[in-house]
Amino acid sequence: MSNATNANANSPELVPNGSAAAAVLSAGIGSFSLALINVIADRTAAFKSLLTFSKPVGPLSGVTTVAVVLWIAAWIFLDLLWKRRDLPLAKIGWSAIALFVLSLLLTFPPLVDLF
Amino acid sequence: MEITTRSLWTLIHGMGFGALYLLAGSGAVIELQSRFRPDSVNSARAHSPFLGRYLASMAALAWLTVLTGTYLIYPWYRTPPPAGTSNLAAYPRAFLLAHPSTSAWHSIGMEWKEHVAWLVPIAITMAAVVAIRHRNQLTRSVSLRFTLQSFVVLSLVAAGIAGFFGAMLDKAAPVGGGVPIQIVKENAK
Repeated sequence: MSNATNANANSPELVPNGSAAAAVLSAGIGSFSLALINVIADRTAAFKSLLTFSKPVGPLSGVTTVAVVLWIAAWIFLDLLWKRRDLPLAKIGWSAIALFVLSLLLTFPPLVDLF
Repeated sequence: MEITTRSLWTLIHGMGFGALYLLAGSGAVIELQSRFRPDSVNSARAHSPFLGRYLASMAALAWLTVLTGTYLIYPWYRTPPPAGTSNLAAYPRAFLLAHPSTSAWHSIGMEWKEHVAWLVPIAITMAAVVAIRHRNQLTRSVSLRFTLQSFVVLSLVAAGIAGFFGAMLDKAAPVGGGVPIQIVKENAK
């Protein structure tokens, strides 16, 4: 993956890439939030019980709702912060991918049990 | 031939929304590869809105899958049996945990599935929004294209894990019960 963007400086459509970067990184943050909240809930009974937003669903309802809220909040915050800026998409993209892969691993129960 | 309402919803969730997502995901990977080949990245096709609409449909499928799974089927799966119940067939979670040979289907399979599945709508919603709102940047930025393709592939991996365990759990301890729906009425011979 290269840092270079094949931008045409004369293009009328040339706009800062900050909004795209915000969308990408917030997806990584949202995924990682879900995995992290799940690990913490698994270790802390009080937190787990606090996350039971729906009794039939159990703590999964809170884990996923809080993660989705954090994802959307991170997206809005980063978008407001970055929408007029040009950012290194390669670094941000790799960070988001790394966070997503970590989330895949951190939701795997035998790994959760290591904490 | 009949099916119960709970079995029907399990089918809609898994073989409807979930399986369709996996099929659509394979299509998305091929579309992304073909659309952003070096010789076609500046073509009219690379600028067409098709990809955004396609990924948005996948996002809708992903949300429908996790919402029906979490709020409709999962409560049926985890319902605790009343004290003294000896036949646990109607209580899948309790049934799996009651046998050492099946307990890991819950403690690893379901525990992983229920969380990993929620990574899918996050990844694919982002991909859809990027493809719709930042279509022009997508044709210009190699990094953004790589990230988008990676997230589509990773969402497929997560959906594959959830789908695999969903299918295996449905074989080991199916969610059943509810009102029977008669599909075909056969005349008694």
